Amino acid sequence: MALDVAAIRAEFPILAREIDGHPLVYLDSANTSQKPRAVIDAMVRCMEHSYAPINRSAYRLAAEATDAYEAARTAAKRFVNAPKAHELVFTKNATEALNLVATSWGRANLHRGDVVVLTQMEHHANIVPWHMLATEIGIELRWVPLTPDGQLDLASLPALLDGAKAFSFTAMSNVLGTITPVAELCRAAHDAGAIAIVDGCQYVPHNVTDVQAWDADFLAFSSHKLCGPSGIGVLWGREALLDAMPPFLGGGNMIADVRLDGFTTAELPAKFEAGTPPIIEAVGFGAAIEFLEGIGMTEIRRHEMQVAEYALRTLTERFGDDITIHGPTNVEQRGATFSFAFRGIHPHDLSQVLDQRNVCVRAGHHCAKPLMRILGAAATARASFYLYNDESEVDVLADTLDGASDIFGF
Amino acid sequence: MPGLEDLYREIILDHYRSPRNRGELPPPAAHAVGHNPLCGDEIEVYLDVQDGVVHDIKVGGQGCSISQSSASMMSQAVKGKTIDEVRALVHRFKSMMSIEELDDADPSVEVKLGDLEALQGVVKFPVRIKCAVLSWNTLTEALEQAGA
Ligand SMILES: Cc1ncc(COP(=O)(O)O)c(C=O)c1O
Repeated sequence: MALDVAAIRAEFPILAREIDGHPLVYLDSANTSQKPRAVIDAMVRCMEHSYAPINRSAYRLAAEATDAYEAARTAAKRFVNAPKAHELVFTKNATEALNLVATSWGRANLHRGDVVVLTQMEHHANIVPWHMLATEIGIELRWVPLTPDGQLDLASLPALLDGAKAFSFTAMSNVLGTITPVAELCRAAHDAGAIAIVDGCQYVPHNVTDVQAWDADFLAFSSHKLCGPSGIGVLWGREALLDAMPPFLGGGNMIADVRLDGFTTAELPAKFEAGTPPIIEAVGFGAAIEFLEGIGMTEIRRHEMQVAEYALRTLTERFGDDITIHGPTNVEQRGATFSFAFRGIHPHDLSQVLDQRNVCVRAGHHCAKPLMRILGAAATARASFYLYNDESEVDVLADTLDGASDIFGF
Repeated sequence: MPGLEDLYREIILDHYRSPRNRGELPPPAAHAVGHNPLCGDEIEVYLDVQDGVVHDIKVGGQGCSISQSSASMMSQAVKGKTIDEVRALVHRFKSMMSIEELDDADPSVEVKLGDLEALQGVVKFPVRIKCAVLSWNTLTEALEQAGA
């Protein structure tokens, strides 16, 4: 069944906002998504009704808060089909989750000369932590190259993976929109004796995610890109791997015992959740997952494929060679995130002109500078669509783009 | 919201389309590179300072209309000026961008901005101030390198 986009939009208070008489055309969900009433209400209710510390106190209110926090973990487990709830660690965001893997798993398992394979389409969050390890212990990084249409070029994968200890890759590019063949990549990693780390930050908000079907070892994602609040993310990892890793941050909650001469760590997931966690954010995150589940990830993906198809067709029909859209043209292989170049107008100027009509797009390098260098662009404009966007917003984008050339005289 | 005509004045677009003093200078000219880490804009400034005067300046790099036109106008404005005059101009420009203070007693108040006045509208678009100032920060760095 097609999504009732009007009904969905009505759930997002911010989408009713107008600036200078123009309705909000929010095409920056790949950056961060808007929040539905259900999430806002859940967080307010938590603060008004049941806020208390978790895991520490005997009174009923604290038990209620702990239950709410753990319910979010259960929701996240269900959302990505993880085997066990305690395999999900709450972090600040996907960035912290990837840093956790690189630091804790990396320091314990990698030695000078060991190889970690990444792809050329990674976000800085899945590059810099590995560069830091390379500086620290001298690991070697290898990069899976791209095809001209912005997919992973897998021809050289077996050679790149030969002798590697880890393969860390995105399930969907935040620049190109490309969806990668995650299960195939996990299999290739395992065949080479490497673990498979999946950056699900862009994929998880838009698709059905099943870490068991993928046979992945780690998965990182953020709440704020899937209609939840900022300030919380997830690292899922296989129990055996997490158990064998040293802790990441030290402090309260992550210990079993502390003495003057040392400490022992708590069980999973507390072992990796030092300090007071984002309690209210967890409640909002859980509500966001339930909200998306209520609509259905299969339906959301189908809707976004439709919008993506319409966007590709409309923009290429209207602008022909004046527009370059990066990434795959087949919507089976991509999400509804489009980086583009338009008539030689700098992305910064484009987004300024679009903002005049309250059309919000990202302009810049999208935290993927190695990829931008490969594309030969210092910056691109990026329009990204989510469940609350529809075809009419593609038309507004196209109309407003057309007006931009008047100003710059191209 | 202020209109785009406040931002994209004709003279700005003219400098954007036909940037002045593009190119490089060979060593021993000073050379500085400035990045806007947010949007990836990049400006290179080559500066030939002789006897306390900007004898020649060349600008390279790429970016949006505001960063590129600002760089182009800057190169025109500083060529042939003494280092003291250049520093006063930098101060005057940054105060127009509302990132440095300028009071009536400040001698830089007297500095003529000429074409650069056209960039005044940028202040109404705060996210673009960084674009306008990038080349000026790079110029300051080049001045340091030139030992000026
Ligand atoms: C593919 C990808 N990975 C990781 C991240 C980092 O996410 P966060 O900033 O929420 O930590 C992003 C965010 O833009 C992303 O797009």
